[in-house]
Amino acid sequence: MKELGVEVLSVSTDSRFTHKIWHEEELSKMVEGGIPFPMLSDQGGRIGTVYGVYEEAAGVDIRGRFIIDPDGVIMAMEVLTPEVGRNVAELIRQVKAYQHFKATGEVTPSGWQPGKPTLKPGPALVGKVWKEWKPEMAF
Amino acid sequence: MSKEMDSCVKPAAGPLVKEVPQEGPQVQKEVKMVTARVGKPAPDFEASAHIAGEGFKNVRLSDYRGKWVVLCFYPGDFTFV
Repeated sequence: MKELGVEVLSVSTDSRFTHKIWHEEELSKMVEGGIPFPMLSDQGGRIGTVYGVYEEAAGVDIRGRFIIDPDGVIMAMEVLTPEVGRNVAELIRQVKAYQHFKATGEVTPSGWQPGKPTLKPGPALVGKVWKEWKPEMAF
Repeated sequence: MSKEMDSCVKPAAGPLVKEVPQEGPQVQKEVKMVTARVGKPAPDFEASAHIAGEGFKNVRLSDYRGKWVVLCFYPGDFTFV
């Protein structure tokens, strides 16, 4: 993520003390060099509440992930219940797609990967997308 | 050893919401609404944080303005997935 110039912030309702110990006891052994980003504490779920991910009954923030652009606007969100983990490859793909769009104005069709065709949105493209892109290109 | 000094619990502000003109007792509940929407500005907040190698620090989302940010919520430390 650092190579893409992206700052990562993780958040749970655990206290900063718990984060410290979890990092020392487990994470630093799973990840070489330890965790390079801030681990935030959302005790009481106040932040999760405004982001729509705080589950009051359990008192935890569920698995929400938000991509925020340099102007502070939310570009994308994905929310999962706790049982299923995220797909980091998809996160990286989305970040690259948004960065590409911001840099060039070209939009990325379904299944886009870096190097695959993009589209230049505009009146000339209306009804002509079939000339530039086929559904098979999504896979 | 490390320079990781920490004051005793200094509360982080949580969601940072602009003041809304008070109309009456209903206003208190407004602050707890979901305000994060895709395509809209991300709600600012301040949270206490642990940063490996730096210790404890209060962090605001607005500190990162000008950079791409991925904000990842998760249910809990020491859990399974």
